[in-house]
Amino acid sequence: MEITIIAETSGEGLHPVTEQLVGAASSLGGVITVLCPGGVGSNDASVISGVSKVISLQGDCFSSFDSGSWSTVMAPFSQGMVMASSSPSGRELGAQIASKIGAPIVQDITGIEPGYKVTRSVYSGKAVETSSLTAPCVVTLRQNAFEGASGGGSAEVVVVDNSTEVSVAVKEAIAKAGERMDVSDAEIVISGGRGMGEPSNFSQLNEVADVIGAAVGASRAAVDSWDEIPHSMQVGQTGKTVNPTLYIAVGISGAIQHLAGMRSSKYIVAINKDPDAPIFGVADYGIVATWEDALPALKEELGKLS
Amino acid sequence: MKIAVLLKQVPDTTAKIAVSGDRVDQSSVAKWSTSPYDEYALEYALQLKEAGAGDLVAITCGPDRAAKMLTDAAAVGVDSMLHVVADTTEMDSKQIQSILVAAINHCGADVVLCGKQAADTNSGSTGPGIASLMGAACVGMVSEVAVEGDGFSALRASSMGNERVSVSRPCLFAFDKASTELRRPNVKGIMMAKRKVIETVSTDDLGINLGESQVNIDSHDSPPEKPPGQKFEGADSVHTVVLKLREEANVI
Ligand SMILES: Cc1cc2nc3c(=O)[nH]c(=O)nc-3n(C[C@H](O)[C@H](O)[C@H](O)COP(=O)(O)OP(=O)(O)OC[C@H]3O[C@@H](n4cnc5c(N)ncnc54)[C@H](O)[C@@H]3O)c2cc1C
Ligand SMILES: Nc1ncnc2c1ncn2[C@@H]1O[C@H](COP(=O)(O)O)[C@@H](O)[C@H]1O
Repeated sequence: MEITIIAETSGEGLHPVTEQLVGAASSLGGVITVLCPGGVGSNDASVISGVSKVISLQGDCFSSFDSGSWSTVMAPFSQGMVMASSSPSGRELGAQIASKIGAPIVQDITGIEPGYKVTRSVYSGKAVETSSLTAPCVVTLRQNAFEGASGGGSAEVVVVDNSTEVSVAVKEAIAKAGERMDVSDAEIVISGGRGMGEPSNFSQLNEVADVIGAAVGASRAAVDSWDEIPHSMQVGQTGKTVNPTLYIAVGISGAIQHLAGMRSSKYIVAINKDPDAPIFGVADYGIVATWEDALPALKEELGKLS
Repeated sequence: MKIAVLLKQVPDTTAKIAVSGDRVDQSSVAKWSTSPYDEYALEYALQLKEAGAGDLVAITCGPDRAAKMLTDAAAVGVDSMLHVVADTTEMDSKQIQSILVAAINHCGADVVLCGKQAADTNSGSTGPGIASLMGAACVGMVSEVAVEGDGFSALRASSMGNERVSVSRPCLFAFDKASTELRRPNVKGIMMAKRKVIETVSTDDLGINLGESQVNIDSHDSPPEKPPGQKFEGADSVHTVVLKLREEANVI
């Protein structure tokens, strides 16, 4: 059985989710080829254990993101079951490849078993769907839902230089201002809500985050109320879906739309002064306290760990 | 030259979702709404229409109840509405895309706006899939679009932050949350909408051969209940919780 993996990149290298894609593919016992758009990360991909072949795609069209031209070049190499990350670009590229190879796509799966039985969450996390597929098909995998493959592999790297016409022209890049780690990438996320009172109080979340290497997120109420809190930090139904090992919600009531983006976190800690806040319903560990009292204590206690 | 906006009717985000047997029980959904991102697509589609980019048609594929959403769209200014009456709940991505592409072609639209992801499927397959089938430029994660010469300029999220991109027709924009206000219908709009006729068609009318779904849904289940959490009073308990995170949960 052939499995084609679309490498997910981050800057000049591979994003760690690529190892998780290989891990999931290996658990199915597939023969794995990794496609590296723009050639980014091809050497790193070749040493992931379980990879048979890496195709480094070098065409000019890969200099900026255009799912149309990228998928045109990638479709002929997309054999068997195709796997990509369920990041925004992974979903877009996956859907275009699916359409070009005439296959269906199932997005954002959190589980896969031999026989192509896949699990995913639907209705904003209010139901779980299990479905069965046959190859050819495309699936995108939720980040951190699968065990990553280890290193130690030595796959051959094949360079292919194909390009095609680009239909989306990038005119201007607008960088995020001093942005911290992205919430979708982090193992630990600490988020603040309207209960933080003022945007400047997010500095206290940043301080705790720095101690444990966490990303800082926010509720929609915080993003909507305060210009200083960008939408890129928003967790929830109309923000990002996160799947960290630890999610700490501070001054967040736990509205259903917020839960939609974080309830699959492995462990949830809630800090809220209202003992009846719905967030306590999903929290593994709830602390009924104000953040003014709890955050300095949290920073101190975490700082004591080594 | 026509603009199409794709609107999907989904359970309101506040609605409870019940599973009965092995499927989500659609009949128990208390409130249906337009999928949240589609509302941003609609707002920008109206702005493009007002800027002279073409007449605007709202398209949906869904059961009879979805018609209400089209009437609501007419009340804020869409020129025409197309309702493909079909039950999409068991369809795979290819089937739903083939219906919507046929609907878009039926209306003669070459600019399409849709949501980045529907609130029921949580997928994000439809927009890019349609763009591919139409041979249209695909711009995802869009939070702004405007007319620029014969084409369009859009703002989309990128790994670096945001990017401003240019495209020409045919093109598709899949919308993320935007920072614009959504318009609400006024009395005049509601009265006008009552006089607009929804074109209602079946998949047969559009000449679509749907084929078999290649994704078989085995079951829907309610999300696993989490064991009840532990709750502590006061900031003094932070010490205990941190200890438990290290020793019980093993996450720090
Ligand atoms: C279509 C739609 C989509 C949405 N999408 C999202 C989404 O993606 N993400 C999202 O988050 N929301 C989303 N929402 C909004 C959601 O319904 C809630 O309004 C929002 O999550 C509330 O944010 P909050 O918990 O920060 O604020 P609030 O509900 O105001 O809660 C503030 C909490 O802080 C606590 N608090 C106050 N002071 C303190 C203190 N000193 N110390 C400790 N605790 C304190 C309070 O007890 C309260 O529980 C969406 C809504 C709709 C309709
Ligand atoms: N049945 C439908 N009718 C109209 N538009 C749809 C339908 N299904 C999907 N769409 C559009 O495609 C977007 C993405 O849907 P999905 O791929 O299911 O996440 C939605 O936000 C809608 O704009």
